[in-house]
Amino acid sequence: MFAYAIRRLLGAIPTLFIIITLAFFMMRLAPGGPFDAQRRLPPEIEHNIRAAYDLDKPVYQQYLIYLGKLAHGDLGPSFKNKDFTVTEMIADGLPVSAKLGLSAMTLAILIGMTLGTIAALRQNRTTDYVVMAGAMVGITIPTFVMAPILTLIFGVYGVTLFGYDISLPVGGWNGGALRNMILPVFVLSLGPIAAIARLTRGSMVEVLHSNYVRTARAKGLSTFKIVTRHALRAAVLPLVSYLGPAIAGILTGSLIIEQIFGIPGIGRYFVQGALNRDYTLVMGVLIYYATFVILLNLVADLLYAALDPRVRYAK
Amino acid sequence: MTIPLSAAGTEAAMGRFMDVKGRSLWDDARRRLARNRAAVVSIVVLGVIAAAAIFGPFFLAYSYDHIDYTVVSCAPDWWPDPSVLCTAGGTHWFGTDSVGRDLLVRTLYGARVSLSVGLIATLVSLVIGVAYGATAGYLGGRIDEIMMRFVDVLYSIPYIFLVIILMAIFDRNFFLLFVAIGAVEWLTMARIVRGQTLSIKQKEFVEAARAGGVGAFGIIARHIIPNVLGPVVVYVTLTVPASILAESFLSFLGLGIQEPLTSWGVLISEGKDQMETAPWMLIFPATFMAVTLFSFNFIGDGLRDALDPKDR
Repeated sequence: MFAYAIRRLLGAIPTLFIIITLAFFMMRLAPGGPFDAQRRLPPEIEHNIRAAYDLDKPVYQQYLIYLGKLAHGDLGPSFKNKDFTVTEMIADGLPVSAKLGLSAMTLAILIGMTLGTIAALRQNRTTDYVVMAGAMVGITIPTFVMAPILTLIFGVYGVTLFGYDISLPVGGWNGGALRNMILPVFVLSLGPIAAIARLTRGSMVEVLHSNYVRTARAKGLSTFKIVTRHALRAAVLPLVSYLGPAIAGILTGSLIIEQIFGIPGIGRYFVQGALNRDYTLVMGVLIYYATFVILLNLVADLLYAALDPRVRYAK
Repeated sequence: MTIPLSAAGTEAAMGRFMDVKGRSLWDDARRRLARNRAAVVSIVVLGVIAAAAIFGPFFLAYSYDHIDYTVVSCAPDWWPDPSVLCTAGGTHWFGTDSVGRDLLVRTLYGARVSLSVGLIATLVSLVIGVAYGATAGYLGGRIDEIMMRFVDVLYSIPYIFLVIILMAIFDRNFFLLFVAIGAVEWLTMARIVRGQTLSIKQKEFVEAARAGGVGAFGIIARHIIPNVLGPVVVYVTLTVPASILAESFLSFLGLGIQEPLTSWGVLISEGKDQMETAPWMLIFPATFMAVTLFSFNFIGDGLRDALDPKDR
């Protein structure tokens, strides 16, 4: 398995290379540049600015320079935020985005699996239907509809429960305070919760009808023990292969969530960078995202093999 | 019990047998789908929304870009809170937006754009995905490996990011938006079709066609593709809402449809900014979109059950 992991990691390098190349040329060959708004500058000064960012060279040279710097871990200066390098900006936003994303993922797995298991145990009864209807809502209603509605209810109107004011802030990060995190994390995890609940229910129903579960029941084990000891282990497999898409989904969702809640993560940099053609910033964030997705897909595959003795990766 | 042994008896039995109309897979599927209440209701609802989107604007008094500053952010006529109602202006069933445009006609226009994005992008993904997947699966071997490896590479790119870059650099070109979304949605389609093709190409009828001298292209077009349609149809009904979502997502970020044209994503984005003072600007487009997405999902589920009854 170790050899397999190494091989997959090496295989990721060409993938990353293709992504970088594709994104680089897509951005450079497009009409318009980062300094178009400053047309009024005297030609000499404009020339100097372009030279300072190597924009006066032919595109292939720019590409080679970029790759050369990238090999040293240098993502270049941001075109728009003059005093910052892209590395600094990402180092600034990454912890925030990571905290947001990981919290959402953890929440999604915990709640999704619990709900799915409950639904499977109460198959074709009211509880099952309620959970599955809820999952349908979670899958169908996009984050950018859910977020404003929940902000409206909890943030703007305010909610009082048993005499306690449980209103939440409508935005901002506040250094990752719990109160500020609840709404964004919850909205971000809704889609994955729904998907995980559906997957868990599906595989759990199948496992609960299998012979070894019947044996366990015949031996007199409690439902709780059957579920935690026997059924969940088998039912969790389809979930592992869902991890890759789930991560991608949460990354995409975080673009919107960071925008709506005003959270200073790298998703916001990406959207802003794309809008004002801040090439280096967009490239930097894209490289981070792609690496992340590739790595997590690898982790998911390895986890799958570790959990399922039937899966063996050929040399 | 006697068994008719005479020739006449057999013929009679045969005749009776011939009278029975054959039921194809699609007949069966239609029957099962018709029994699925959620799917049938969804089809009706979608039909109504589509009809309203196509014909509705012709019957309304306002055009989608008619700006009227005397009725800015008016509540719908029947709104319970009279303090936000406007006295001036005509009837606005869904109220008006922040520059006084009628929200009903804009929601219907948004439906036109969103639904056509869904359909056109799906069509693009369908054509690319089916052709690519069937070719890779049928040719097999080295070519298959290279073709699917390419799909794997594209898979590992968070695709929406590429679309964002595309939209940012090509200045929100309306047509390109459709194609870009379709061009990134074809990957799963290609995988599904390839998987199906791999099993179908082993079947006897393909072998027979090959023995009869039909070329690779003929076999793919005449024998493989018709037989992979089942799973493809199911996936198509799920691609349409995914495309609608992708467009709305981009529009929400300000990278999609441009003013004065609109889509549900644009309307929701505008509504979100005004939701404290004018919640109707968020509620109506969001409801329309949610209902549409629900309908497509129910139809997709219904089709899956109908076409593949063992997978329940």
